[in-house]
Amino acid sequence: MFSYYLDLALRSLGRNKMLTALMVLAIALGIGASMTTLTVLHVLSGDPLPGTSGTLFYPQLEPRDMDGFEPGMEPPRQITWIDGMNLLKAKRGDRQALMTGGAVPVQPAQSGMDPFYSDARYTSSDFFSMFQVPFLYGRGWSAADDDNKARVVVISRTLNDKLFGGKDSTGQTLRLKEGAFRVIGVLDTWRPNPHFYDVNMGNYSNAEDIFVPLTTSRDMRFDHNGSTDCWGTGGGDDDHAETQPCVWLQFWVQLDSAAKVAAYKEYLEHYSQEQKALGRFERPVNVRLPGLMEWLDINKVVPGDVKLQTWLALGFLVVCLVNTVGLMLAKFLRRTGELGVRRALGASKREVFTQLLIESGVIGLAGGVGGLLLAFLGLWLVRLQPSSYASLAHLDLSMLVMTFLLAVGASLLAGLLPAWRACQVAPALQLKSQ
Amino acid sequence: MQVAPVLAALRRHRLAAMLIAMEIALACAVLCNACFLVAERLNSMRIDSGVDEASLALIHVDCDQCNGNDVNARLEGALRALPGVQSVAAVNALPFSDRAGDNGINLDREHYVAVPHFYLGGPGAAETLGLRLVAGRKFIPEDFRRSDIWLSPDTSVWISRAFAERLWPGQDPLGKEFWSDKFHFTVVGVMDHLARPDPSGRRGPDASEYAVFAPTAPGGRTLTGVFAVRAAPADLPRVLREARAAAQKAVPEGVLNLDQSRMVSELRQRYFHQARVMASMLTGVIVALLMVTALGIVGLASFWVQQRRKQIGVRRAIGATRLDILYYFQTENFLIVTGGIAIGMLLAFALNIALMRIYELPRLPLYYLPVGAVLLWVIGQLAVLGPALRAASVPPVVATRSV
Repeated sequence: MFSYYLDLALRSLGRNKMLTALMVLAIALGIGASMTTLTVLHVLSGDPLPGTSGTLFYPQLEPRDMDGFEPGMEPPRQITWIDGMNLLKAKRGDRQALMTGGAVPVQPAQSGMDPFYSDARYTSSDFFSMFQVPFLYGRGWSAADDDNKARVVVISRTLNDKLFGGKDSTGQTLRLKEGAFRVIGVLDTWRPNPHFYDVNMGNYSNAEDIFVPLTTSRDMRFDHNGSTDCWGTGGGDDDHAETQPCVWLQFWVQLDSAAKVAAYKEYLEHYSQEQKALGRFERPVNVRLPGLMEWLDINKVVPGDVKLQTWLALGFLVVCLVNTVGLMLAKFLRRTGELGVRRALGASKREVFTQLLIESGVIGLAGGVGGLLLAFLGLWLVRLQPSSYASLAHLDLSMLVMTFLLAVGASLLAGLLPAWRACQVAPALQLKSQ
Repeated sequence: MQVAPVLAALRRHRLAAMLIAMEIALACAVLCNACFLVAERLNSMRIDSGVDEASLALIHVDCDQCNGNDVNARLEGALRALPGVQSVAAVNALPFSDRAGDNGINLDREHYVAVPHFYLGGPGAAETLGLRLVAGRKFIPEDFRRSDIWLSPDTSVWISRAFAERLWPGQDPLGKEFWSDKFHFTVVGVMDHLARPDPSGRRGPDASEYAVFAPTAPGGRTLTGVFAVRAAPADLPRVLREARAAAQKAVPEGVLNLDQSRMVSELRQRYFHQARVMASMLTGVIVALLMVTALGIVGLASFWVQQRRKQIGVRRAIGATRLDILYYFQTENFLIVTGGIAIGMLLAFALNIALMRIYELPRLPLYYLPVGAVLLWVIGQLAVLGPALRAASVPPVVATRSV
């Protein structure tokens, strides 16, 4: 029966090419616009570390003084050096890393290459294993290197290509600022998306090109970038950032089970109480432990423009659908004569209804193909934009399937009302009026 | 044209008429808001930065361990020696460059009220930038004090008119004081305009001109290696090219920031690129929307004409002219579109309120509604013209045929 209906649908669509083309075009435009924006939204609100993101947490402490205190305030979104070091040394999580971002001047050994600044991440040894960073050559540094302020560096694949022509550069020397650093590892291509571990540095920016131990970066007085929030007597003096009452570091912890999460939260509360007793913390104990995805939500990582575009595109899709409903109504009602004959020959209302819905489904499928082409075009346009997320806009398999589901679903929805109206035709009346 | 028979006929096609009206209503709501968003974006892009953009370029050299005075002297000398350069002055930032210092300020040493951007400039910077003073005095050599931390503890500053209005609404800002942490400031001048480096940044559209201009002696920690270069607009591209080369040569131990060392017009262009892309995308959506709406009307109207061929024939046979038939369909469309617009205006406001709540947009100005309405009326009339003409050309003889 299905193939017969399909045949009927194709014949009927072929009979009035103009109207069919209008319907397909309307659906294609609506689907194309919404799929373009939905894909961008999907990419941007994606999970940066599928599989492990559920075990990563971002502890927040409240170290500020009472100035400007209001109950229920969110604790700072970063952490002080003292607290960060205390949490790091306590090793209460399965893994933990303290970090901040910066930029270091690279002095290439090759003559003819000007010195340049490179984005850097100053962090501790667990960073690589906790975030499952892939290595092309070598490995990360050890906790002992952290303690010894070792002059070691891990570089990105891009920088390795630029400085060492893509060869295994482990063991080579790299001059950063005034110091000689030994390359101990080269990362494979790694671009967690969003740039979750430090949302101050651009939400969708590339991962940094240079990774050095945090302790070494302080020892070398490397410039620190990102946000620094101070209170009380803190003046953001970078040379004494360790003792200033300022938050400027990010601390991540890996906790592999729910019990450990609860235990860690308890530990944070104890820690805060202890610090309060010592007089370092003044405000009431206020700790939070958001998970990775929750943390991205809190920071409103997805740009407002993208959400706005999505809403507009969905509004556009609705207009297109209403339009399709009108056109289908015209199309189906025009065929009341034919439908009357079918009804008189014994087809039930239900069968006629199914037949018409299959026709709408076929239109939806054609619209979906058109919409897909338009979405490819739209995404290509998005990729031409200068925004940091532009290069990420690609259609993946799930969005491809989604396109067709949306197109067929939307057109079936649009076909419901016209099909129902067309079924209400009394066969006798139609036959008589012929 | 009589409306009553048109309405009577429409009553028999309630569903189809309602669909068109609904489509128009939705289109009206989306259209008004999308147009408003485009206008907002374009508006933010027109901001007056307060500096002579066409004749200014920025040269930015990063040098970590350098002696500020030494670097400044070499750099300034090299830049001044270039042919075509009218003046050179040390600054920390320019509108549309990277931000150099946002600091919260208070009027009573306690309650922070706003976060302006602090532009720092050496001697001659105000003239080089072309800042327009509307009240107060020019800077005197004693105003330029040296500091190794940020600014001297006591600084005489100029502020933008918009910022003065924010701090002391309706009052004369000259001689007023404010503080940032332990630093004290006295307002000695008010500028016509001075935009923040990020005028449409996260501090909102009201804050686009929250800016302070503070005179400082160059060489300290905050005023090293960054210079505004002024030249005739026609010379500027060449001057910038030569200035970049000269800066690299003059300070070989530093790193020339290629991203920032550009003409201010380039920086502006780049700063608003995203807004421009968004505006053109929205315009694309608007055009597509109008197109789809028009096509929908064409489709349904054609169907109606075909369905009523016989009636049209009868009307023609009993004396209706072609124009009568044409007017009939145009009136019908006008009535339906009007109904749609009425609902659409309410929807437009509902949508605007939702957007206001989520995206902190301003309220939709009322004049958008009549403009949107006229646009939709015109689109409707044009879209129905084709089918209506076809209807008008139905010969009266159709009435005598059985089908």
